Amino acid sequence: MNQHGFTKESLRKKFRLSEYLSQRIITGVAFLSITIIVLIFFFVFKETIPVFQQPDKGSAIDSEELVQEQYGVFAESEEEDDRPEVYGMELDSALMGSRDYGADASTAEDERVTVSDLLGDQWYPVSSNPRYGLIPLFVGTIKITIISILFAAPIAILAALFSAAFAPTWMREWVKPAIELLAGFPSVVIGFFALMVMATVLQELFGYETRLNAFVGGIAMGLAAIPIIFTITEDALTAIPGTYKEASLALGATKWQTALFVTLPAATPGIFAAILLGIGRVFGETMIALMATGNAALISANPFESVRTLAATIGAEMAEVVFGDTHYGVLFLIGSLLFVFTFTLNALAEFYVKGRLMKRIQGKIS
Amino acid sequence: MKDTKIVTKKLSFYYGEKMALNSVSVEMPEKQVTAFIGPSGCGKSTFLRTLNRMNDLIPNVKIEGEVLIDDLNIYDKKVDVVNLRKKIGMVFQKSNPFAKSIFENIAYGPKINGISDKKMLEEIVVTSLQRTAIWDEVKDRMNHSALGLSGGQQQRLCIARTLAVNPEIILMDEPASALDPISTAKIEELIFELKKNFTIVIVTHNMQQAARVSDLTAFFYLGELIEFGKTRKIFTTPDKKQTEDYITGRFG
Amino acid sequence: MNRRRNITGGILVGASAFSAISIIAIIVVILVIVVIGAKDTLSWEFITAFPENGMTEGGIFPAIYGTALMVIIMSVAAVPFGTITALYLTEYASEKSVIAQTIRFAVRTLATVPAIIFGLFGLGFFIKFVGGGMDSFFLGGELKWAQPNILWASLTMSLLTLPVVIVSVEEAIRTVPRELREASLALGATKWQTIKKIVIPGSLSGIMTGTILAISRGAGEVAPILFTGAAYYLATLPTSLSDQFMNLGYHIYIMSTQSADVDGTMSIQYATTLVLLLLTFLLNFVAIIIRARIRRRVKA
Repeated sequence: MNQHGFTKESLRKKFRLSEYLSQRIITGVAFLSITIIVLIFFFVFKETIPVFQQPDKGSAIDSEELVQEQYGVFAESEEEDDRPEVYGMELDSALMGSRDYGADASTAEDERVTVSDLLGDQWYPVSSNPRYGLIPLFVGTIKITIISILFAAPIAILAALFSAAFAPTWMREWVKPAIELLAGFPSVVIGFFALMVMATVLQELFGYETRLNAFVGGIAMGLAAIPIIFTITEDALTAIPGTYKEASLALGATKWQTALFVTLPAATPGIFAAILLGIGRVFGETMIALMATGNAALISANPFESVRTLAATIGAEMAEVVFGDTHYGVLFLIGSLLFVFTFTLNALAEFYVKGRLMKRIQGKIS
Repeated sequence: MKDTKIVTKKLSFYYGEKMALNSVSVEMPEKQVTAFIGPSGCGKSTFLRTLNRMNDLIPNVKIEGEVLIDDLNIYDKKVDVVNLRKKIGMVFQKSNPFAKSIFENIAYGPKINGISDKKMLEEIVVTSLQRTAIWDEVKDRMNHSALGLSGGQQQRLCIARTLAVNPEIILMDEPASALDPISTAKIEELIFELKKNFTIVIVTHNMQQAARVSDLTAFFYLGELIEFGKTRKIFTTPDKKQTEDYITGRFG
Repeated sequence: MNRRRNITGGILVGASAFSAISIIAIIVVILVIVVIGAKDTLSWEFITAFPENGMTEGGIFPAIYGTALMVIIMSVAAVPFGTITALYLTEYASEKSVIAQTIRFAVRTLATVPAIIFGLFGLGFFIKFVGGGMDSFFLGGELKWAQPNILWASLTMSLLTLPVVIVSVEEAIRTVPRELREASLALGATKWQTIKKIVIPGSLSGIMTGTILAISRGAGEVAPILFTGAAYYLATLPTSLSDQFMNLGYHIYIMSTQSADVDGTMSIQYATTLVLLLLTFLLNFVAIIIRARIRRRVKA
C-alpha cells in the first residue's frame, strides 16, 4: 500500500482540500455566533438612533390612525391595503421616491424625543400628543422584579438547600428533576395560569381591587425565576468540597449547622449569581407581564395596582407601530435598555461572582 | 547488527515550562524490539509519542532536537503528519476499539486510505486478524460490536487494526498493563511474531516483560535517558548504578 | 441551649423541605387545573379541526401545524449551525484561547438575552434589513419579504435556541473519549476524517437531545414571534415561506387576552394550553431519556 521506507517524496506535505475547507467552514460558522451577538446589538441600537436625530423633513403620521385594535391585523383584509406600505419602508424609500415619509427621518417636528421627554412620568405613546415618559415603565418593571425575587429567591434557595444538604440521595434524585420541570413550562403557560387562576385566588385571599396587578404578575414571574435560582444555587452548594463539610461534621457540628454555617456561606457568590440571573430572567420576561400585570403604566408603590413593564410594552405595542416613526424608535430604545441591562447582569454574574466562588473555594479570599 | 531505523538526536520536550525530556539520543534498529523502561512520569511515554508526532495534539508543547526515521527528520516542516502516522502504527495502554463492528474497526484504516473495493477490504481484514492470531476467535461475529470482546481480545484487535494500514514501525504504549497474565502472554507472543516484519518500540513498566520481549532496552529516569543497550546486558550487568537500583527493585 | 439549637435546626430543615415541596406542589396544581379545564374539550377532533365561528368553536389544527412547521424550519437552521459551533469549540479551538472564550461568552449571553429582544432583532434585521433588501433587489420594491412571515419567525427562533443546541452537542462531543480520536489519528486519519467518522457518530445522540430540547423551547416561546410572523387567525394553512402562521403559544395568549369571548372560550384555552404543555413535556422527556443513556454509556 505504502511505498517502503520513510522518504522525503512519500512524506511530502500534502494539501487536502476537504481538510482545508472543513477547517475554514467550521471556524467561520463558529465566528458567526459572535457576529450574531454583535448584529443583535447593532440592529437593536440602530433602530433606536433615529429617535434622537433632528428631523429634517417629513409629515407626521398621526399615530392615532394606525393604532386602533390591530391584533390579527395581518389576517384581516381591510388592513392589508395600508399595512404593507409600512413594512420595509426604510429600504424601499429610495425606490419609492414619491412617498414623503421616507426613511428614518419620518419623525415629525412635534414627535421628536429628547432625553427629558423620556424621563417624563407619562407613557401615552398613541395619543394625539404622544408622551414617551419611560419612568412609569421602569417603576413597573422594578416593582415587579422586587416582588418576584422576594418571592422566588427564598423559596428557591431553601429548596436548593434541602436538595443539596438535607434530602437523602434517593429523594434528591426525584426532587431536583421535579423542580427543574418548572423550567420546561413555557412562559405563556405560566402567564395563562396566572391570568385565569392565580389572579382570582389571590384577589379573594387579599381582597384588593384590581384583579391583574404587580403582585399577581410578580408571583407568576417568580415561578419562572425559581428553577433558574434553584438550579444554580444547588450547583453552587454541591460544588463546595466535601472536605469542608467533613471538617465541620468532625468538629461535632450537626448536619443543619454545617449547612447553615459552612456550606451556605461558602456558596454565597454562587447564590448571588443565581439571584442576578433570576433578576435578568424577570426583567426581560414578556409573556407573563403581558398577561398578568394589567398593563397600566402607573407610578405607584402599591403592589396591588396594575403595572406595565418595559418588555411587555414592546410586546404589546410593536405590532401596531409604523416602521421608523418615533414610537417605533422608542420601543427599540426600550429594547436596547433591556438588552444592556440583562447583558450587564450576566456579565456581572459571570466575571465577578463565579470568579469569586472559585477563588473562595481555592482559599484565595476569605 | 541490523540497519538503524529510528534515531533521535538531543531530543528535548517541554509541556509549557516544564521539561519532560532532556536531550535524549537513541538509535533503534530495524525489525527489532526496543523497550523503554523506567518509573512512571519518567518521560518514556512522552518519548514514544514524539516518534509519531502524537504530542502535536497537545497545546503548548515545545520540542527541540531531531527525530530521524530512515534519515528523514520527521519534524521537518515539509513532512506530512497524516502520511507519517500511516507508516507508524500505535497501540495504546487502554484498548480503544471504535464503537463499530469488528470488521469496521479493522477496515477503518484502509477505508480512510481510499480503499473501497469490498473484496480487497475483506482480504485486508482477514489477513490482519490472522496475523494477530485472533481470527479464529472472531471470524463468526465479524459484524458484532468490537466492544463485546474481552480486554485481551480488544487489545489484539487494536493491534490488527494497526497492521491493516501496513505500517513499518509499531509503537506500543504499555499494551498489556491492563490485561491478565494469559492475555499478556498472548500479546508478548504476538510481539515476538511481529518483529519479523516490523520495527517495534514498546513502553512498559513491567521489567520482566521488557526482558522477555525486547532486544534493546532504554532506561529513563526523570526525563533523562540513563542507559541504553542490549537487553541482556542492561538486565545483567548495567553500567549505571541507577539502572541497577531500578531493575533490582530498589525504587520505582 | 441544646434544645434551642434543635429547634433552630428543625425550623431550617422544615422550611427547606417545605419550600421544595411547595414548588413541586405548584407544578402539580398547574397541571391538574389545566387538565381539568381541558378535559371536556380536548379530543381528536379538537387537534385536527380548524377553528370556527370567530375562533369560539372548533379546533386548533392550524396552530399545531404552524408550530410544527416553525420548529422544523428553526431546527434546519439552528441544528447544523449549533453543531458546527460546538465542533469548533471542542475540536478546533484550544480550550483557553481568547477566541474560544469569546465564543463561549457570546453563547452564554445569547442564552440569557430576553426573548423579546430576539423579536426586535428579527424585526430590525430579518424583516427590515434582509427582507427589505430582498424585495428591493429581486422584486424591484414590490412587497413580499419585508413583512412578518414564518421564515423570519423561525430564523428568529433559531437564534434563541442556538445556545441550547451548542451546549447539548458540546456536552455530547466531550463524551467521545480522547483515546478514540488518538486511535483514529494514529491510523493516519486526518482531523476531518476523525471528526466525520468517529466524533460525530459518537455524539449523534447528543445532537438529537440538543435538537429536541431546542424544539421544545422553540415550541413554547411566544415573545420572539409576536411581531415577526405569528398571526391571530388564518383561514388557510401557510403554503410558502412568506406566509404568516398560527402558533399554539400565541393562540393561548391571544385567546385569553384578546378574544371576543374570553369566558365562553375558556375550555378551548385550557385545551390549547394542555396541548402545548404535553408537547413540551413529551419532548423534554425524550431528551432526558436520551441524555441519561449517554451518561450511562460514559460511566460504563
